[in-house]
Amino acid sequence: MTDAEGLRRRTQELLAAHPPATTGRLDFLKARFDAGLAWVHYPEGLGGLGAPRSLQAVVDEELAAADAPDNDPRRIGIGLGMAAPTVLRYGTDEQKARFLRPLWTGEEVWCQLFSEPGAGSDLAALGTRAVRDGDSWVVDGQKVWTSSAHLARWAILIARTDPDVPKHAGITYFICDMTDPGVEVRPLRQITGEAEFNEVFLTGVRIPDSRRLGDVGDGWRVAQTTLMNERVSIGGMRLPREGGMIGPVAKTWRERPELRTHDLHQRLLKLWVEAEVSRLTAERLRQQLDAGQPGYEGSGMKLAFARLNQEISGLEVELRGEEGLLYDDWTMRRPELVDFTGRDAGYRYLRSKGNSIEGGTSEVLLNIVAERVLGLPAEPRTDKDVPWKDLAR
Amino acid sequence: MSTTNAEPDLLYSEEEEALRAAVRDLLTDHCGPAAVIARTESDTPHDPALWKQLAEGMGLAGLLIPEAQGGQGATHREVAVVLEELGRAVAPVPYLTSAVVATEALLACDDAELLGQLASGRTVGALAVSLTTAPGAAFGTVRVENGSLHGELTSIADAVAADVLLVPADDGALYAVAADAVTLAPQIPLDLTRPLATVTLDGASGRRLGPAEVAVRRALRAGAGLLAAEQWGIADWALTETVRYLKERKQFNRPVGGFQALKHRLAQSWLEVVNLRAAARAAADALTTGDDTDVTVAVAQSYAAPVAVRATEEALQLHGGLGMTWEHPVHLYLKRAKADSLAYGTAGAHREALAALAGLDAP
Repeated sequence: MTDAEGLRRRTQELLAAHPPATTGRLDFLKARFDAGLAWVHYPEGLGGLGAPRSLQAVVDEELAAADAPDNDPRRIGIGLGMAAPTVLRYGTDEQKARFLRPLWTGEEVWCQLFSEPGAGSDLAALGTRAVRDGDSWVVDGQKVWTSSAHLARWAILIARTDPDVPKHAGITYFICDMTDPGVEVRPLRQITGEAEFNEVFLTGVRIPDSRRLGDVGDGWRVAQTTLMNERVSIGGMRLPREGGMIGPVAKTWRERPELRTHDLHQRLLKLWVEAEVSRLTAERLRQQLDAGQPGYEGSGMKLAFARLNQEISGLEVELRGEEGLLYDDWTMRRPELVDFTGRDAGYRYLRSKGNSIEGGTSEVLLNIVAERVLGLPAEPRTDKDVPWKDLAR
Repeated sequence: MSTTNAEPDLLYSEEEEALRAAVRDLLTDHCGPAAVIARTESDTPHDPALWKQLAEGMGLAGLLIPEAQGGQGATHREVAVVLEELGRAVAPVPYLTSAVVATEALLACDDAELLGQLASGRTVGALAVSLTTAPGAAFGTVRVENGSLHGELTSIADAVAADVLLVPADDGALYAVAADAVTLAPQIPLDLTRPLATVTLDGASGRRLGPAEVAVRRALRAGAGLLAAEQWGIADWALTETVRYLKERKQFNRPVGGFQALKHRLAQSWLEVVNLRAAARAAADALTTGDDTDVTVAVAQSYAAPVAVRATEEALQLHGGLGMTWEHPVHLYLKRAKADSLAYGTAGAHREALAALAGLDAP
């Protein structure tokens, strides 16, 4: 049943029992989850069949051919990409049963309460406190750069439960109900004019101990699962040639000969080549993963795409000449998604500046490549044995 | 702009990895850096014993030649693996020039006789076209007068090792000319491991093989595409060796490789080497399948040369004074990488070709 043929048959059975044309979207998604065809590599009963991850493509292909509704993975990316693998790995049976199904169907949106104003690249320095009070924890602090917080029902949250031990040791991982009293979400207006992210203020928020993920004080290790999956999902999209940001620039170049200059031509060709080569590297990584070979290339994909997006969008603003002086719309909005292609070149230029910061700065990722891939010595650590409360802040 | 339908196979098969291991073992035993340096200072820049082992011992000279003509009937994918390893060792053998470029020209002419000889490895061939020529560029020819060939061709790579030269003439044909029928004047090359010569024909007789244009185009395209595999080998050696050295070398009471400024440079170099591997692999696969070949080869060559040069330049700088010495092999790699950046068209020439192929026309 967990080979390609078995999955194809099972998908056909799902489609026969719940014809997409006459079944409501949510009903179809629930049935798909229950059939184990949501994420086939997940365990049985949790939306999967314990099949190889690469076989998901077989299911997706059949469903796309039948025009079946999907679960809008872009809109629920944080839940799918970060919360789900963490709940799967560290959650109790009750937690898995409660959270994974509505997460996957998109009924419940998730956000991630990790970064703080004083803890970005040095995430383990975070200061949001969680203090035990009977069967609950009382949480106070401030989080920042929270995508989807204004839409989210649940959040993955890391908070300090022991200030007297070194910073990595005193952190615990929780699932926070965003509708609870004391959770306040404020839009954070950005360089682009819109408020794609939020600040989240936590004031006396009570989280039952049953919504703790992993052991008390083990939150840093749990968060590594989340962060690893975050970087994979940022770099892991499959794109056709010109499928990334180079597409709109190439299109403008072809349609607007009056804008062309020799200097821009040289730069465009160089970036076109780099975009294509990065695409091939991502494809090679995908093929390695499908073949069950661990690939280090993933660590580099986010770095490469961040730099490319910035250079390409910068070029695009210049290419547009006088239009490059203009911006489409500064109205403050709270979008559900980052929509690079729905906005103009100026937006792409400004928004892509965040690509080398969000999900780990390029500087930190270069350290990670140097240390974990190339095996070079780690940075000297002056905070390793110091209790969190004694760190310079 | 067309998009590709099927993505290229960018991995290596088990057989290819076995081939790699065999070639690497041979090169480890018989092509150490000190020996390569010593050979560059001798009268025979090529290593005939190593060539014999690769060609006759392992049958690698005939990889691209069909079995019916005495070859192995393999593909560009296997050839690329061999070239990756030869690049990693800057091996002084005429593999790219004879087993790839001359062979592809002969395949275009379907010349069974010479193909059989090249497949055995006992005959070495060289295409008498300047090493700098891009696949779509004009190339030099010799004159045909009263049935014999006259003229001079410069920068002919590995001509000094060749038994037979494939010479384009002004009548539009490609001729096979025995090496002893021409005058070879070795030039002093930047890259001593791939020697260059001026070839002078003064009434040489040649055997007409077929139309030169199509044969030369095909040969240069394969040369350019597979050169990327060699460039990956060079870059990978440079990075690996530099990382190894910087873990050992201590200054300011700590390993130099622990300084963030250097770690970031090495991580950046790693990113480029990883990209180059995918680009080179895509080119080898595209030459094999014939799918999307022109674009993929041009992409690989636009990317490969600057990356290989930068990797070796970084290796030199990060080795400090040691990198400037004749004794340390980094100079072999720098010279090969820089010379390769001109071989079969510069990155700029390939980008220019891409402009047309990808529909991104110049102003």
